[in-house]
Amino acid sequence: MQRSKLGLDFEKIGHAKEVSKRIADDVQKFVDNYSTVAVERTLCRLLGIDGVDKNEVPLPNILVDELKEKGVLSEGVMFFLGNAVLETGLNPQEIAEKIANGKLDITKIPVHTKEEIHQTIQPLVEKSIRMIKDRKAKRDNYLDTIGEGSKPYLYVIVATGNIYEDVVQAEAAARQGADIIAVIRTTGQSLLDYVPYGATTEGFGGTVATQENFHIMRTALDKVGEEEKRYIRLCNYCSGLCMPEIAAMGAIEGLDVMLNDALYGILFRDINMQRTIVDQYFSRILNGFAGVIINTGEDNYLTTADAFDEAHTVLASDFINEQLALVAGLPEEQMGLGHAFEMTPDLENGFLYELAQAQMIREIFPKAPLKYMPPTKFMTGNIFKGNIQDALFNQISIWTGQGIQLLGMLTEAIHTPFMSDRYLSIENAKYIFNNMKSIGDEMEFKEGGIIRKRAAKVLDDAITLVESIEKEGLFNALEKGIFADIKRPKNGGKGLDGVVEKGSNYLNPFIELMLGK
Amino acid sequence: MSGGLYSTESNEFDKTLDLTKIKPYGDTMNDGKTQLSFTLPVTKGEEAIEAAKQLMRKMGFENPQVVYVQELMEGFTFFNCYGNCTHTVDFTDIDVPKVESTTMDMHETDDFIKENIGRSIRVIGASTGSDAHTVGIDAIMNMKGFAGHYGLERYDMIEALNMGSQVPNEEFIAKAIELKADVLLVSQTVTQKDVHIKNLTELVELMEAEGLRDKVILICGGPRISHELAKELGYDAGFGMNKYADDVASYAAQELSRRLNG
Repeated sequence: MQRSKLGLDFEKIGHAKEVSKRIADDVQKFVDNYSTVAVERTLCRLLGIDGVDKNEVPLPNILVDELKEKGVLSEGVMFFLGNAVLETGLNPQEIAEKIANGKLDITKIPVHTKEEIHQTIQPLVEKSIRMIKDRKAKRDNYLDTIGEGSKPYLYVIVATGNIYEDVVQAEAAARQGADIIAVIRTTGQSLLDYVPYGATTEGFGGTVATQENFHIMRTALDKVGEEEKRYIRLCNYCSGLCMPEIAAMGAIEGLDVMLNDALYGILFRDINMQRTIVDQYFSRILNGFAGVIINTGEDNYLTTADAFDEAHTVLASDFINEQLALVAGLPEEQMGLGHAFEMTPDLENGFLYELAQAQMIREIFPKAPLKYMPPTKFMTGNIFKGNIQDALFNQISIWTGQGIQLLGMLTEAIHTPFMSDRYLSIENAKYIFNNMKSIGDEMEFKEGGIIRKRAAKVLDDAITLVESIEKEGLFNALEKGIFADIKRPKNGGKGLDGVVEKGSNYLNPFIELMLGK
Repeated sequence: MSGGLYSTESNEFDKTLDLTKIKPYGDTMNDGKTQLSFTLPVTKGEEAIEAAKQLMRKMGFENPQVVYVQELMEGFTFFNCYGNCTHTVDFTDIDVPKVESTTMDMHETDDFIKENIGRSIRVIGASTGSDAHTVGIDAIMNMKGFAGHYGLERYDMIEALNMGSQVPNEEFIAKAIELKADVLLVSQTVTQKDVHIKNLTELVELMEAEGLRDKVILICGGPRISHELAKELGYDAGFGMNKYADDVASYAAQELSRRLNG
């Protein structure tokens, strides 16, 4: 039996997880009946369709848009592609190219039976699965041979806009001790309904996520990792309108960590909830299968809502996100649930509340590589104070055994990090993680004290909240502004027109194969 | 025993503050002491340190001292430095354009609007273009406000609409026309490669094309925005760091009153 240093009631935690499971199951009933343009494009990519036409439109978009325009997307790309492969003897890429050139209409060729199509498509699916398995084995082999840094993993961002410059920044960070390099995406990419193609050197506030950019960075990090004798993980953003496509690209190119949170997209990018929940399901199946750690974005809720009063919304969302991940076969060991409570540094005993909540999340999700992150909101431009704020968060992180520490930068809110900012931030974390290494084993929390009381209250409030979400259903709860004080309509936001109900011929064998059913 | 640190000998030092020739103050008037840090794309070594010192001399520092050197990776070295700045500035000749208004608190602003405008003011805000950051516009507009300054939504005499982030300029203008806005607030957080300048300029151009520019008070804000920059781009006012809803509301109310009441 697990013992709580905070005196948390594990029966209450069990209850909260049961309630959250029912919330997730309810959502899943909806998800099972729908597909989206992004899911279908993902299937194209998994079957090897890549590249762009003369207008730079990705071939997966051409194929899926063609089916959508003809009103037959509900049957899914696998059905039409499988049929076309069977009929023409061409491979999916060749078929996509012919469609792009206007030389083939796959909705107007003789239709074979669903069984024949399934048999045709099966070897292609298996080939794709083998490719992802091989890529995963490569990571596992690195972890077995050169090893990895200890937890909390040091996570830093690069964001130059130019993938080749990013490589220089990432290499410097890795040599200084970073364990995870996150390549921030160019601003606005989450709202593009396609994934740009090729290596890119222009971006605003970040670098375009493309498969080639993934490949360039992964190759560079493999080299640095071999030299430093430490596997360096690569993180990108599997969120926004191309969630599952980016998951597929990441699975193929060997990414290790992905931001992957529909709730975040709904709230902060105004992406339609039906669209992104369906997208998220398939993206989490892919991430789960490829051994990718997902990060969720709960810490962001408190940029708009009050961090002290609304702390329980973070926990409630973590409860729900855990269940939405389990439904998609993503193991707990890959759930980088997000938290961190953005409380104003002026708050009396703020450190104690932060500590209470970090310890609470640790105990509630014992296997998860929790993602912990100091707030940008209260960075002032006073870089000296900023370095101390980050240090306090680093102390809590090592104390409570967080999994992934998103390192704050002293120059946050001023510019994307300089090479030296990253160094100072890594130095800060390494100093504290080493100097305070075993503090968590040594310290207990006073019974009836501020810390225990805070944790108990946040848990109680979170339970009340998940119970009310269960009554409403998640979609209705989001319409009422339950998280982050932001209300989103079920039929509003971006991407709704890309949602389609599955027809009778629909097939996606990846789901079963990857879930191991 | 050497003198130096504990010496009680009286030294001649400069105590004169001459506002026509100011320079940085470390711990003695006119010592010019400045701290700076930078990275040079060279490998750590004596040559790198000398390069840093020479660079500082070119920047106008006497007595350059490199107090900390760290190789970030092969070919990149980070320096913490001190030096005595030789340049001066004439403080008496400085002219900075400022937003012309008296900052009032929420109640004073509400009262001011009641007395001088006689109806509530309609304010629409957004983070426009590709900018996904809402932190700025939220701090000014949301009920709760920021750092103890209530946001515009809380004002009795302000009808505030926060359109959020990534709002296209066209959509923003359409909403302004639809709601007959008195005041438009544009927030820009991302400034990489001057994307904010392009976007802010585009908004002004679109508004001029619609014949709307003179009909509203157009305000921009963000961490890298100054009033001077805002004026240059064709805005009525700009608010940067450390400005809150009070500042924006006071200005908007007073400016609208000036326009309506002459």
